[in-house]
Amino acid sequence: MAAPRSFLWTRRIFLTLLTGFVLLPVYVMISSSLKPLEDVSGSFHWLPSGFTVRPYLDIWTTVPLADYFMNSLIVAGAATVCSVVIAVFAAYAVSRYTFRGKRVFTVTVLSTQMFPGILFLLPLFLIYVNLGNATGIALFGSRAGLILTYLTFSLPFSIWMLIGYFDSVPRELDEAALVDGCGPLGALFRVVVPAAIPGIVAVAVYAFMTAWGEVLFASVLTNDTTRTLAVGLQGYATQNDVYWNQVMAASLVVSVPVVAGFLLLQRYLVAGLTAGAVK
Amino acid sequence: MTTLTSPRGPRDGTEGEGTKAGPPTPGRTLRDRLPARLRRLSLPYLLLLPALLLELLVHLVPMAVGIFMSFKELTQFFVRDWGAAPWTGLDNYATAVDFDAPVGEALLHSFAVTVVFTVLSVGLCWLIGTAAAVFMQENFRGRGLLRAVFLTPYALPVYAAVITWSFMFQRDTGLINHVLHDQLGLTDTRPFWLIGDNSFVALLTVSVWKGWPFAFLIVMAGLQNIPKELYEAAAIDGAGIWQQLRRITLPSLRPVNQVLVLVLFLWTFNDFNTPYVLFGKAAPEAADLISIHIYQSSFVTWNFGAGSAMSVLLLLFLLLVTAGYLLVTSRGRRSADV
Repeated sequence: MAAPRSFLWTRRIFLTLLTGFVLLPVYVMISSSLKPLEDVSGSFHWLPSGFTVRPYLDIWTTVPLADYFMNSLIVAGAATVCSVVIAVFAAYAVSRYTFRGKRVFTVTVLSTQMFPGILFLLPLFLIYVNLGNATGIALFGSRAGLILTYLTFSLPFSIWMLIGYFDSVPRELDEAALVDGCGPLGALFRVVVPAAIPGIVAVAVYAFMTAWGEVLFASVLTNDTTRTLAVGLQGYATQNDVYWNQVMAASLVVSVPVVAGFLLLQRYLVAGLTAGAVK
Repeated sequence: MTTLTSPRGPRDGTEGEGTKAGPPTPGRTLRDRLPARLRRLSLPYLLLLPALLLELLVHLVPMAVGIFMSFKELTQFFVRDWGAAPWTGLDNYATAVDFDAPVGEALLHSFAVTVVFTVLSVGLCWLIGTAAAVFMQENFRGRGLLRAVFLTPYALPVYAAVITWSFMFQRDTGLINHVLHDQLGLTDTRPFWLIGDNSFVALLTVSVWKGWPFAFLIVMAGLQNIPKELYEAAAIDGAGIWQQLRRITLPSLRPVNQVLVLVLFLWTFNDFNTPYVLFGKAAPEAADLISIHIYQSSFVTWNFGAGSAMSVLLLLFLLLVTAGYLLVTSRGRRSADV
């Protein structure tokens, strides 16, 4: 059916305005990252007066960006892998078995999502510090402490989404595998996991993005050597000046991996949400 | 299959019928079956164990500790050994809700700001996200590209995106004032955006920019589940596109919206990252969101006891709101089914 003109025009205007709103910061980020410092220290101009790639060379020496990058990569990567594996097991149990305490488990796990991060921050900070003092296990300021923390952030959402996804894999498939002599874990890894790959990819992307973008815990639980990008990026503001061109260049550099990964995998993410979240 | 189903199973009621098949075991005695059965009963718990341990360690234990700490006078002197902090009973709570004194007054103010901010932000995110998803329901040229563009704010790391906005909101070097003052001449002077009353507008703008793509994503997914036949039937009956939107699309999205609004509400209400990157450790009064406020009370003034009490109060509030919301929406859903 052909849509009426009023609809087409509303759509055109709305989508154009929205595109402008969405892309405005992206334009500012890219264009400012290619400007010399004089250009970003004065009044803003849409077009750069000079064009330079200097900021992209300077960002690595103004702050130890490579180290921060490495820290973020290790922390987010480890948190993602662990969180996906653990979520797969948990979601399989909930999706395929009936057991006592199932509801309590799902409700508890899901409700931790609603709690303000600040509620866990203070106690975790104290627990990590005191644990370090008492046992010498250095969680405070270490990557391990941050990994442990992050991995639970994405866990509730991952479990929730994977339950939905596993539910959509026909039960007959893994029942057949069980009959054929697979153990429950064999059925999980040979049948259910392969069938649920889009959901698992979506969950992994989500977990990685959560860890890569987290600021609150990173700013409290890290020290000079374990600082992540989220905290390190603030180093371009000195007492007297903010190197805005370098800030923008660095922002772009740290965004590219996640945005590229996200856009490449967004089909899976949408598919995952369809099966999992929207039920 | 049913012979192997745990007798406890159906009582749980969530899954209904026996949920898995084991190898058939006809003609065995109870004794033979017991170990296998025990193994099967414990299997789900083993699968859940890692998740359970982690939740316990990072969420439940800290929560208990947090509640415990809220009854103590936990200042910077006791950070090394918080067990030794003196017990103060409900003093921290009394301070937090004493709205005539500075601490309580500031908390109340921050709470009010957060409520208004959350309602506006969630409303706008929902509206923009739904509109975009509905407009992009049908295929047109460039739809795939546009979808990728629209998801960019969601994919960008918070700090990179918000730092860019903070650059745009700078008084002297930012794009916003350049457009408003230099190009359009709408303002006489260059207004401050990151301090004073305007900071609320700045925060809301960034929050909506960052948050609406999630609504878009979820609504888009929800739209895919609406059967095409509904639209076809409506079209045959002579319903126009706007009527179809009102009669089919929006009602069909109801269950999706109920979850979406709740999730958006909780995320926005608890958001720390956006104000923290935009304003730093101390937000301006007009944009003093509750999580930043508690952070400030705890880590900047080093009063962990009061900070914990505020966190617990916040948690109670969120629990109440969520429970109320779920109650209302599930009742609405039930009556809609009838």
